[in-house]
Amino acid sequence: MSSTNEQQTRSHGKRHCGAEFFKAKTAELAEPGDHQALGESAARSAKKVNELSAQIPGWQDWREAAAAVKLYAISNLDKLLVEFEKNISARGVEVLYAKDAEEANRLVIDIAKKHNVKNIVKSKTMVSEEMALNHALADEGIRAVETDLGEYLVQLADERPSHIVTPAIHLSADDCGKLFADKLDEPYTAEHQKLTDIARRHLREEYIQADMGISGVNFAIADTGTIAIIENEGNAGLSTSAPSVHLALMGIEKIIPSIEYLPVFFHLLGRSGTGQKLTTYTHLIHGASPGRKMYLVILDNGRTNDLADPATRTSLGCLRCGACLNNCPVYQRVGGWAYGWVYPGPIGSIITTQLLGMEKAGKLPFASSLCGACSEACPVKIDIPHQLVHLRKRVVNESGSFAKMAEGLMWKGWAFAMGGPLRYRLTMKAVRIGSSLAKFLPWHPLQMGAWTRGREIPKASGPAFRDRWKKTQTKQK
Amino acid sequence: MIKQIRRSPAAWEYPKYEPGEQVALFVPCYVDQFFPEAAEATAELLRRQDIPVVFPEKQTCCGQPAFNSGYWDEARKVVRQFCDAFEPYRWIVGPSGSCTCMARVFFGQVDPDPRIAEIGNRTCEITEFLVNVLGVTDTGASYPHKVTMHIGCHTRRELGVVDPCHKLLESVRGLEYCPLPDMEECCGFGGTFSVKMPGTSLSMGRTKVDNVVASGADVLVSPDSSCLMHIDGIMRRDPRAKHIQSKHIVEILVANEK
Repeated sequence: MSSTNEQQTRSHGKRHCGAEFFKAKTAELAEPGDHQALGESAARSAKKVNELSAQIPGWQDWREAAAAVKLYAISNLDKLLVEFEKNISARGVEVLYAKDAEEANRLVIDIAKKHNVKNIVKSKTMVSEEMALNHALADEGIRAVETDLGEYLVQLADERPSHIVTPAIHLSADDCGKLFADKLDEPYTAEHQKLTDIARRHLREEYIQADMGISGVNFAIADTGTIAIIENEGNAGLSTSAPSVHLALMGIEKIIPSIEYLPVFFHLLGRSGTGQKLTTYTHLIHGASPGRKMYLVILDNGRTNDLADPATRTSLGCLRCGACLNNCPVYQRVGGWAYGWVYPGPIGSIITTQLLGMEKAGKLPFASSLCGACSEACPVKIDIPHQLVHLRKRVVNESGSFAKMAEGLMWKGWAFAMGGPLRYRLTMKAVRIGSSLAKFLPWHPLQMGAWTRGREIPKASGPAFRDRWKKTQTKQK
Repeated sequence: MIKQIRRSPAAWEYPKYEPGEQVALFVPCYVDQFFPEAAEATAELLRRQDIPVVFPEKQTCCGQPAFNSGYWDEARKVVRQFCDAFEPYRWIVGPSGSCTCMARVFFGQVDPDPRIAEIGNRTCEITEFLVNVLGVTDTGASYPHKVTMHIGCHTRRELGVVDPCHKLLESVRGLEYCPLPDMEECCGFGGTFSVKMPGTSLSMGRTKVDNVVASGADVLVSPDSSCLMHIDGIMRRDPRAKHIQSKHIVEILVANEK
């Protein structure tokens, strides 16, 4: 990829909620870009996780159990959300619901203003990426700093995360050194330890001056009214406890019914995400300490569209571990940004399509060879390739702009041609003539051109099988 | 509770084959036209087990291209044609894991008619039929070449057919098996994916070719001619891989080269 292209893929203007950003970026989905570092890193991570899980005898049982719990939770969201809210608000946590990103942003801004907040520290929350919260806050003059190292890097570079677990997977140590030199005025280094020290020094200052901390939620436990957050860097612990106000953001699907089920998810999540038996820190938060305030904003933002579709609703069980991304040969090649929105990779192709709608995200379900490496890796056994095919059908049926007339007509013609043996024979005759003549053409149109760009056309070696079969059968008689 | 649509590979129970039962040969459209040797070898393998083979002439295609492209109404028409052609037969066997998967796993999704799912469910891929149904692991073949194998993702993950291919290859006399690095990785064909995202498909295919070359084999075999069509198409243009032949696994299983 040339350097100008590189520039285009890396620099983004102001971020908006969903659609606008999406339109501009999906074109890249068609081609693998310069994603060597990302692809190798993802593949390495996938290999490590797959080897680790293969050694655990109970791995498949854990997956079954986790999938069953998630399915139960998704099927009973109405009851569980109420139970969760009742239990956590009994300890003074204020629970608020938002229908979409805009409403959620307004809620967060109102809370921030109420507490006279000027500076915010954020630990990792993908929901806030959905909301483009940092920009909404900036518009109100409130400064929000990402404290997860990967998110911090991405924020400094004014980019978007390219992975849901490792947001800066596309950056090398060298890139980070240059970034710190450029934005933080630090002497250049590519040593991991030194880079971490620089980030730590700058972030400590942020925690001290922050008036509010914003976090995500890994699990919302209904029967105890608890939120669970897992992390490796300690930044979530500091973000949720150092400032006097803590605001947690979660999607409605983060609910699990009981704290009894938490261990099986911990077994799976650390291993699937990063190949760790357990993450370095596990926080179970039941409410705010005395004299402090805690809020919880629960967001729908299109999740109920997914819930309404029986064929894809299990995708709401996603733990956001990133295993499907790491295992996906397409993700490894096109990178996270190509998917145009917050959630990349195979699961992103389902979630984004359901959250933003067929019209906006209709290309995503087609960005897969349906190889199934994703669902094999998924700790909650989401049936990703089958759901993608289902969504392809919905895109074709529901989105007029994408289901182009020409393509529809072609498939109608194909169905007619395959509708009987005589029609089949005639069509195949034409296909054979076409493919044998193709090599004399200097240029190949449409799909044939896409094929011959890098591959030879298969050569028919003599008559078709059915003609040979007929011949031998008549001979035998 | 919501019912999840998922058939795990292990859940499929193989019925018992009664001696003398007819087997209907399912020859996918692209095999019929471009790889007839694979279909002939399949028929030959069945005949060697004293199985009466018939070829229902009404068959055309399994409907997978339209199904995977989202055109389920069009796919349904072709699926019904398949079922009309194969309805009289208890056994449907063909040389393609991917098309078998379409019939066995997806027919039920494309058409609510229980007849369709039931007929689709009779479909078997040839190596799984030999090993898992008949218990045959040696076809008496001899093929003194260096061979590596790519098993298509539908065959591997949807049908769970991996061992049968390996067991059958192991029995071939003189064959030197060269393991394919990262063998479970997709080759990038993916049906219409190969022309919808040609750049990514090619990039995946080239990685596969790198691995085929690295295996040191002279012949690449697969239970899926569709993957081979894509990989071979790339190899023909790659100076490092031009000498490597690609063949359907059944062609090796009937070979008698000394």
